[in-house]
Amino acid sequence: MSAGVGVDLENLWIRFGDFVAVRDANVNINGGDFFSFLGPSGCGKTTILRAVSGFLEPSEGNVLIGGNNMKGIGPNKRPTALIFQNLALFPLMKVWENITFSMEIKGASSAERRKRADELLDMIALPDQGDKLPSELSGGQRQRVAIARALCAEPDVLLLDEPLSALDLKLRQHMRTELREIQKRVGITFIYITHDQGEALTMSDDIAVMRAGVIDQIADGKTIYNDPSTAFAASFVGENNVFRGKVKQVMGSEALITTNRSGDLVARISTANQGKMKEGDEAMMFIRPEAFAIAPDGATGDHFVTASVTHEEFEGNVFNIFTEGEGGKEIKVSIPNLGQSFESHTGQAITLEYETRNAVIVPAGELAAE
Amino acid sequence: MNTSFLRVSVWVYLAIFFAYLLGPLVIMSVTAFNSSEFPRATPWECLTFDWFSALFQDQRILNGIKNSLIIGLGTVVLSVAMGLAGALMLTQIWPKLRATYYTIIIAPILIPGVVLGISTLVFWDRINRFLGLGADSFLSNGIFLTVIGQSTFIASYCMLVLVARLQRYDVALTEAALDLGATHAQAFRKILLPFMRPAIASAAVLAFLASFENYNTTTFTFGEYPTLTIELAQKVRYGITPAISALAFIIVVLTVFFALLNEAGIKRKEVVAAARRQATVGEMTGKVRLPGFFTGNAAAVVLVVFAIATISVVGTATVYSPAQCIADVKEQKRLEAEKRIQELRKKREEQRKQREAEQAEQGEAQQSAPKPSNNSGFGNVFAPNTLSGEGEDDAPETDTDEQPSGGNGGFGGAFDPNSLQSPSD
Repeated sequence: MSAGVGVDLENLWIRFGDFVAVRDANVNINGGDFFSFLGPSGCGKTTILRAVSGFLEPSEGNVLIGGNNMKGIGPNKRPTALIFQNLALFPLMKVWENITFSMEIKGASSAERRKRADELLDMIALPDQGDKLPSELSGGQRQRVAIARALCAEPDVLLLDEPLSALDLKLRQHMRTELREIQKRVGITFIYITHDQGEALTMSDDIAVMRAGVIDQIADGKTIYNDPSTAFAASFVGENNVFRGKVKQVMGSEALITTNRSGDLVARISTANQGKMKEGDEAMMFIRPEAFAIAPDGATGDHFVTASVTHEEFEGNVFNIFTEGEGGKEIKVSIPNLGQSFESHTGQAITLEYETRNAVIVPAGELAAE
Repeated sequence: MNTSFLRVSVWVYLAIFFAYLLGPLVIMSVTAFNSSEFPRATPWECLTFDWFSALFQDQRILNGIKNSLIIGLGTVVLSVAMGLAGALMLTQIWPKLRATYYTIIIAPILIPGVVLGISTLVFWDRINRFLGLGADSFLSNGIFLTVIGQSTFIASYCMLVLVARLQRYDVALTEAALDLGATHAQAFRKILLPFMRPAIASAAVLAFLASFENYNTTTFTFGEYPTLTIELAQKVRYGITPAISALAFIIVVLTVFFALLNEAGIKRKEVVAAARRQATVGEMTGKVRLPGFFTGNAAAVVLVVFAIATISVVGTATVYSPAQCIADVKEQKRLEAEKRIQELRKKREEQRKQREAEQAEQGEAQQSAPKPSNNSGFGNVFAPNTLSGEGEDDAPETDTDEQPSGGNGGFGGAFDPNSLQSPSD
């Protein structure tokens, strides 16, 4: 597998008038990686993509592709291909003409183009569909045509701007796998923009979590999920119960936190923040719903929380228990459905237990909007 | 009860509306086939196609059509190009200026055509003089001036049509083309222009029609190249013949034909698209069986009927000769006129005798009294001889049942039976 061409963003600032869309972004994307920018809409991730593809000149800083500074180089001269959010397939061209548009620009003969289109159509599992118009294809098929069209240009870097957001759930899940496979097969760098953490986690080698123009954390999916470095990353990626409080005592990589409503609890400090947190700091502790277990009644300690169950629901793979702790603190618990019998606790008081490694402390900060 | 009344009123309203809309066209079309010298539908004389041949022998009309076509094509090219440029500018311009820009570029539509005509003439005359060119230079050429003058406002119409389509254009398509390595020129030619093609075609048709029918701007700028509308206007001033109805009929027929053709084309595309959507992949690649041209396409059927009707009418026209009929009508008219003249003469004779008898009774004193007829204040204008050139058409109408009595004095001799003698003899 080829090493691929890396992309670097150096001190990248992008401003629109007074509005700062991207604030001092520094990212190194390894060649051949599947890299995702994950964030809510309006966080500046698409702006970064447009700066990489060349539709937008950064206000400050540099975009480097394969080590070459791209300043002043137009989108048609960059070794990138962009897959648009709405795909932007040319509506009046047949599928095969769409796919080989980049060859037509270079003056390739019709026969050559046809041959290449057939190869690519085979690759995306749409043989014999070349003579259709894009409007005659289904959403998933159009998706694949857009990918084939981008790949036909033989880019070093493929940029994808939320290409799956218009598809229904089943197709989206299918396309995730397919995209990842295509990426492994062609071995080029993919930069993927999404607000869907599921997409980012399943496909990416590395993920950058963005919030309001700022990159909060860059790490692989497992790290982002298990060891978030900011309150935003912790609350945006996956579900999390948040406990606000103050650090009472730091014990190496762990800390005791006095929560506002649930007493003193112990948790580990997230890796990025170790050594930076001290006693008295405002902090937030995150425990995922699936990290809780129901403990025997009466158990107390610094990793037990008592709460009363308000209602329960069955989601298929999990039972969700919605509880209310002291002072009306809402806590969600998910028990995996492994075929066990599940007795209802509605209206009862229960004790919840967690393991220290599953609770993480980060400095207090902005949470992701629900 | 109430609803049925409402329904009937709607139909009545529709009937009146369409009669108002299409009635004049129908009547005018009918006059093109009547042998009467003046365009009218009644009284019907003879079916004739002679007005069409008269039309195609009229050099001024033919020349007018030629000039109109040349100017129309020039205007189409100039207006569509300017309209497209204006429309593109509108999408690119800084948003705060957009409303102002739009107003400015739409303004020519609101300015009266005569003003545009005069200003075009004055403006280019100044330029011509400024450049020190003579009166026969290119800049004072009638065709050039008319094309420029008409385009000032027709370009705005084109822009409106093109903007409507351009608003549906996804800029991401141009970006996608650029991203795939196309230059801006290539993206324009290969992506934007094909997308705009239907609107460009509409704008071109609109521009051509607007140019073809324009009168008030052209009337100042045509110079030595009168267009069809100018020629028609000049003809109307000196009296019209059904040859103009024939021309109008041809225009109506062509309009209906192209409207049907267009409609049939659209319907056909819809049918094909529907068929393609329904067909599975296997059917599409295997035996592609598209439904016939006529399936569910009423417009196509009408079109074919229309074409057959046209061919049969033209075929009839080539072999049909109304000469006998026209001769019959002439003869009939002559006989009718003669008959009436005889009657009138008789009446006059009787009256004369009566008068003589009265005069004889009343004696000499009455002899100096003025005679009632031929003594009006209009002098000789309505003297019998002035009617002699009007032709026999008027004879049956003017002599209806008027009596040459004293009550006719105000009309001079117009209704004097003698006035009928010269044409009918």
